[in-house]
Amino acid sequence: MTDATRESAPAGGGKLAEAVKESAMAALLAFVLTSLMLGVRTVDAPGGLGLQYRWHLVIGAMVIVFVGRLLLKLFWWKEDGGAPAAVGAASGRFATLTEPLRKFAAPALVIFAFVLPFLPIADRQIIDIGILVLTYVLLGWGLNVVVGLAGLLDLGYVAFYAVGAYSYALLATHFGLSFWTVLPLAGILAAMWGMILGFPVLRLRGDYLAIVTLAFGEIIRVILLNWVEVTKGPDGISGIPRPSFFGLEFKRFGENTFHNFFGIEYSSMHRIIFLYYIILVLAMITNYVTMRLRRLPVGRAWEAMREDEIACRALGINTTNTKLTAFAIGAFFGGLGGSFFATRQGFISPESFTFIESAIILAIVVLGGMGSQFGVAVAAIAMIGGFELLRNMDWVKGFVESTFGIENFDPNEYRMLIFGLLMVVIMVWKPRGFVGTRMPTIFLGKERKAISGDLVKEGEG
Amino acid sequence: MSAQAERPLLEICGVSAFYGKIQALRDVDMTVNRGEIVTMIGANGAGKSTLMMTIFGRPRARSGRIIFDGTDITGMPAHEIARMGLAQSPEGRRIFPRMTVMENLQMGAALADPEYFEADLRRVFELFPVLEKRQNQRGGTLSGGEQQMLAIARALMARPRFLLLDEPSLGLAPLLVKQIFDVIRELNEKEGLTVFLVEQNAFHALKLAHRGYVLVNGRVTMSGSGEELLAKEEVRAAYLEGGV
Ligand SMILES: Nc1ncnc2c1ncn2[C@@H]1O[C@H](COP(=O)(O)OP(=O)(O)OP(=O)(O)O)[C@@H](O)[C@H]1O
Ligand SMILES: [Mg+2]
Repeated sequence: MTDATRESAPAGGGKLAEAVKESAMAALLAFVLTSLMLGVRTVDAPGGLGLQYRWHLVIGAMVIVFVGRLLLKLFWWKEDGGAPAAVGAASGRFATLTEPLRKFAAPALVIFAFVLPFLPIADRQIIDIGILVLTYVLLGWGLNVVVGLAGLLDLGYVAFYAVGAYSYALLATHFGLSFWTVLPLAGILAAMWGMILGFPVLRLRGDYLAIVTLAFGEIIRVILLNWVEVTKGPDGISGIPRPSFFGLEFKRFGENTFHNFFGIEYSSMHRIIFLYYIILVLAMITNYVTMRLRRLPVGRAWEAMREDEIACRALGINTTNTKLTAFAIGAFFGGLGGSFFATRQGFISPESFTFIESAIILAIVVLGGMGSQFGVAVAAIAMIGGFELLRNMDWVKGFVESTFGIENFDPNEYRMLIFGLLMVVIMVWKPRGFVGTRMPTIFLGKERKAISGDLVKEGEG
Repeated sequence: MSAQAERPLLEICGVSAFYGKIQALRDVDMTVNRGEIVTMIGANGAGKSTLMMTIFGRPRARSGRIIFDGTDITGMPAHEIARMGLAQSPEGRRIFPRMTVMENLQMGAALADPEYFEADLRRVFELFPVLEKRQNQRGGTLSGGEQQMLAIARALMARPRFLLLDEPSLGLAPLLVKQIFDVIRELNEKEGLTVFLVEQNAFHALKLAHRGYVLVNGRVTMSGSGEELLAKEEVRAAYLEGGV
């Protein structure tokens, strides 16, 4: 904020009039946009389709836009209409906060994740959400290797998730292999596919790479859909065995059961909590391996390659190998996630592996700040967990239904809308993601400083 | 061994290179002996940067041979060429902007024996003290001159036998140009480092270099010792207008 803006603020009359005018224009725009989308609805009527008018929705939208714009204009935006002043200041504070925040928040989050099943709030629903969130944390961390660290935009990550899931499903149902045997195998198979994708795209970057990986994801899905003899096509594979606890099964009856062995009452929660810990440990392993790799030459080569491929080659880095390892390791984690998904669901079909999954995982990586492990975890919790909670909260449903007069409001149908909105908000608020800072991988002496993203927006090629 | 030593460190024989149908290098012949500073001067678009990149394999030499220390490196992948002991500070610096100065230097040392890392680090900090002060700052936030120093320092961290510099004086204040050229001279005199220098700043480059070449439209038109070239009327007219 300059002094000039502060001085001009008291001369409010002209400013108010201008703000009202601008808000009116915005409201008009809202009218144009909503008049057909919200205002008119086709309904079944005797003798064909009839029209139902819902002008109250249109007026509601216009009022929201008008008031919102007016408030933003008067109290939020800077004079020149540039970046919101208050937000700039807030993110500056946030930047100075991140270092201590991360120092404590990350371990706190891990501890919370480990004790969650024993907290009184942990009912089946919460644990289920926890499993889902952790699956996306794992996938986000896996994709983070490819996109965040190596800078290779991969829009087909779901393919490796699918390879992992089908590897376990097929090996378990055909050859009776156990989850624990197949888990590393599935990872390795997915990694192989990662390399297979890697070879043809070695010379591609940016947009072209994105398009080819997108196609790759679709190819895998279409193969799963059409290779009916092996994959059972759209029917999917069912009866996928559950994982055992050192040979002990989570069943009510039988010889080798978990509750018999430990002499406790049978509860269906045991299996859920067990699954929760499996995915938690898998995610922690992913994190640990990635953090280690970042400090090794290969990890640093990934990051350097993201910055400048030509410079890397001139420094003697084999960019071919560097790219292939990034694809392979990212895919490996995707494969682990896929195996887990299969064993948790007990049933898989190609429908679970659509482009939307890739998009969600990519959104998590981007929102998390491209390369920040902690940021990815936060983004996964916010996006997946937040959304699941929203869906399960009845008052939201009631609120939306009563205020907007929509019957049978199902938040699930608005999933993409909410994702999109969240993306826009976060990209405006923090263009570098939740955690737009990058910790250097080496330190000399005792100095250890986060290199804040907020301070270095300029001067980057 | 003695036969080896007589042979130039780098021999470029009849090299042509193309960008699609555009010919950027025409039958270039050039040698750099051990312990020499050799400079290549030429106008914008003459093909100087192309020559440097062709030595590193991209764009490929469509004809001719590039021989380094007796080994034919024509068509070798860039990372293998780097492994032979060539290091480059490419046009446009190409430092890693989001990595810190220290990490940039570490990337430079990717091929070198880790045993020497500390000593090499001390050496480049001695040459460019400002980098030591900025070691935890992101590369992209350095000033242009500091970035140039970082690019040279990063190349030195590879402990090269042969250093290629593409316009190290570009965009720098005269004082900094002098400083960087002094560093190059020092490395050459004290450590016997062989340097190939591409420059627009013909006067300083020819003063510094033992020998020089003039490149016009992808073709070598003149060569000789630095003083010889500086004395030539054609060189003075074309490259030193108002420069002295
Ligand atoms: N990637 C490319 N694709 C097509 N043409 C190129 C490419 N790079 C360079 N050229 C062309 O090749 C010729 C030589 O370019 P080069 O960069 O080698 O010139 P230079 O001597 O380094 O010039 P400067 O002093 O301006 O850096 C120029 O005509 C240029 O337009
Ligand atoms: Mg050039």
